[in-house]
Amino acid sequence: MQQKSQPILQIENQTKRFGNVLANENISMQVCGGEIHCLLGENGAGKSTLAECLYGFYRPDSGKYTFKGKEFKPRSPRDAIDAGIGMVHQHFVLSPPMTVIENIVVGTESDGIWLDLKSASEKVAALCSDYDLDLELDTIVGQLPVGRQQWVEILKALYVGVDLLILDEPTASLTPQEVEKLFEILQKMKTKGLSVILITHKLHEVMEISDRVTVLRKARLVGTVNTIDVTRETLVNMMVGRTVSFQVAKKIKTPGRAILELRDLHVLKDNGLDGVKDFSLSICENEIVGLAGVAGNGQSELFDAIVGVRQLQNGQILLSGEDISNDSPDMVIKKGIASIPPDRMTQGLLMGFPIKENLILGRHRVAPFKKGIELKYRVIEQFAEQAIEHYEVVATSGEQIAKTLSGGNLQKVILARELSHDPRFVVASSPTRGLDVGAMEYVHKRLVELRDSGIGILLISEDLDEVFNVSDRIAVIYNGEAMGILNREEATREGVGLLMAGFRGGGG
Amino acid sequence: MLSEFLNAAFLVALVAATFRMVTPILFTAIGLLVVNRGGIVDLSTEGVMLMGALAGFTAAYYSGSLWLGVLVGALTGGAISLLTAFLVVILKMNQSVSGIAINMLAAGLSFYLFRLIYGSSGETVPTVSTFDPLPIPLLSEIPVIGKVFFSQYALTYLAFIMVVLVWAFLYKTKSGLVIRCTGDNPRTVDTKGISVNLVHTALLVFGGMMYGIGGAFLPLVATGLYVPGISAGRGWIAIAIVIFGNFRPFRVMFGALLFGFLDALQLQIQGIGIDFPYQLLIALPYVLTIIVLIIGGKSSGKPLHLGIPYHRE
Ligand SMILES: Nc1ncnc2c1ncn2[C@@H]1O[C@H](COP(=O)(O)OP(=O)(O)OP(=O)(O)O)[C@@H](O)[C@H]1O
Ligand SMILES: [Mg+2]
Repeated sequence: MQQKSQPILQIENQTKRFGNVLANENISMQVCGGEIHCLLGENGAGKSTLAECLYGFYRPDSGKYTFKGKEFKPRSPRDAIDAGIGMVHQHFVLSPPMTVIENIVVGTESDGIWLDLKSASEKVAALCSDYDLDLELDTIVGQLPVGRQQWVEILKALYVGVDLLILDEPTASLTPQEVEKLFEILQKMKTKGLSVILITHKLHEVMEISDRVTVLRKARLVGTVNTIDVTRETLVNMMVGRTVSFQVAKKIKTPGRAILELRDLHVLKDNGLDGVKDFSLSICENEIVGLAGVAGNGQSELFDAIVGVRQLQNGQILLSGEDISNDSPDMVIKKGIASIPPDRMTQGLLMGFPIKENLILGRHRVAPFKKGIELKYRVIEQFAEQAIEHYEVVATSGEQIAKTLSGGNLQKVILARELSHDPRFVVASSPTRGLDVGAMEYVHKRLVELRDSGIGILLISEDLDEVFNVSDRIAVIYNGEAMGILNREEATREGVGLLMAGFRGGGG
Repeated sequence: MLSEFLNAAFLVALVAATFRMVTPILFTAIGLLVVNRGGIVDLSTEGVMLMGALAGFTAAYYSGSLWLGVLVGALTGGAISLLTAFLVVILKMNQSVSGIAINMLAAGLSFYLFRLIYGSSGETVPTVSTFDPLPIPLLSEIPVIGKVFFSQYALTYLAFIMVVLVWAFLYKTKSGLVIRCTGDNPRTVDTKGISVNLVHTALLVFGGMMYGIGGAFLPLVATGLYVPGISAGRGWIAIAIVIFGNFRPFRVMFGALLFGFLDALQLQIQGIGIDFPYQLLIALPYVLTIIVLIIGGKSSGKPLHLGIPYHRE
């Protein structure tokens, strides 16, 4: 589908630096009216920066925007909103204890000083029915699943009226069904003549929904292409400058002895309800077990229980036969369990600390990073340098503060920390969320390498592609219960999908 | 003995004392509530009250106008909170540390200024004639109740009116929603192009003015004279009361009333000379404060971003 319409937005020669980091260099692109335009690029390529500049959140160092035929110089998000540009940020910007409608209305301009939630609700309800969104406007936002929270973000933009909506990695934490729904919304926006800039790492999404694609690499523009003219491979090549294999090469390995055994685990959620019930699973040496499931079915509680931050109500966790149930998180790490948490910002990293210190968290009390009461910064810095190189973290040095890293690079820092310290067992929750294809390939390869070296891995993921790609066996969790376990060879997507939806007897 | 407790005069005096005790704390607590809802921890209340008391008293003493005293108390409070704003909003200093620094500054400065202005001789204690109660026409003529509730000081009414106004502001206006959202996640308003720094500064100045009025109430209504350290921990108690009130205006008001009542009770019991160790009675409100803080540690209404400086990046 080629767009012949006038460009609604024109970016000319945008450059943006953060200190001595060059995030955007001389980037020019155009977005047409009524098109869905994907922005593609590796982690740290500068996609979010480009978007945030356009939204008036950052001030570009140089460059010029023309929006709807007029020169556009946003000095704050207010200017962007007034001009008709909306944005859904990479990390949601919501106030969890407030209701949906309050989150939508806050800070919008209208007459008078009084808050008129009633007429706002009517307006939003109309939008909801326009876009087929089934949303209770009085619900507390924090109680909504992630997919719904995203609707709220989109409604925030639609409510003030946008001509161009920017979505920064909106699908990173959505279930396949939620992605489907999101794309329906975007298609509807398109038919209404709105333009969309969509940032994503998932190529099949790009192929499915976009009209055109602009690719960035290392802060520079590679080019803009029509989606119908390209293949996934071309895009990958444009992005990383080489080919990437989506399928990891895996040697056949016979699993060894059981390394981690979960026996009849019973774990509660924060609200006291059952999170995980009677859950049993064992993972062997030389084996990757993928745990598939729709988000919110007990995966995070299970993860917490294994790493020792959530109390077991019942059951046992054995590591090589040794009972580690209710060991402290510190002990769990010492005994060789590495973990990649689902939420990198709150569970994985200290955002205000430099990369080098983040890289030794949890290992800061053992040699070689510590001697006596002193941290060996020389060793730590060396280690950081290596880790940054191996994992291709886009950073100036180990001194860079975590919160100034791009989303995908944050994830790489966690991976580098957890996978470099010779673990005996790894529990990884969505380890490639937000990673670009090159980085994803690397992580998958690394996981398989670890498995080949004798380590057992539990891979908790909502991404079926990932689960099928690297697992030796596939387990499914639904509503806190184990729905069954299948060998990779006998598993089908349909079968696993059925189990994920709670139908037993699916599977092979 | 029991009959002494229950006679009408005792009750009237008890209620009157309760309101006298409540007023300064309520002003401060309700001001602090607004600041907290915007996401700022402000521990400077005690010091600001002290400065408000001194400035208010001095203005009233030299001008002869009590209302001018109240105004000056408010302005002084606002000015000191502007300093807090500079420290925590512009410099992004740790909010608790900044609050404690302001307290220490105020404690020393108020003592020094008092000496400077009034000398240290202590021969003639400077006094002002305090505000008279302002009975509300008609309502105050209702038997018993009228005398108990509707013959208070103008500032006392104002304090309770402020509770209603603050509630209406927070929950019924657009600016109120902006403030509540700022307290939970400042980015929600930043991404709408509203300056978080401006919101925080405005809240702090408002809060400071309220603490200043709360402080000025003490010499201008309760005592008629200024003594160093006149705030006597009320600023700290206001902090506890906001937590006790779970950051909700009316619950904060009830918390303040409860505290004021206990304080008044201990005064009245001392007054009628019952044989009971009065030190224990004096301690009672403070003990309550500690209990409140222990219980309130996990209060559900706490703004999620409370006390965390906001950086855009
Ligand atoms: N506030 C900041 N201070 C310093 N450097 C920054 C800041 N924000 C971004 N950067 C740097 O700018 C570069 C581009 O970051 P950006 O967030 O735009 O990447 P991205 O393309 O969105 O990557 P991802 O796919 O990982 O989200 C990165 O190297 C990042 O470290
Ligand atoms: Mg990004």
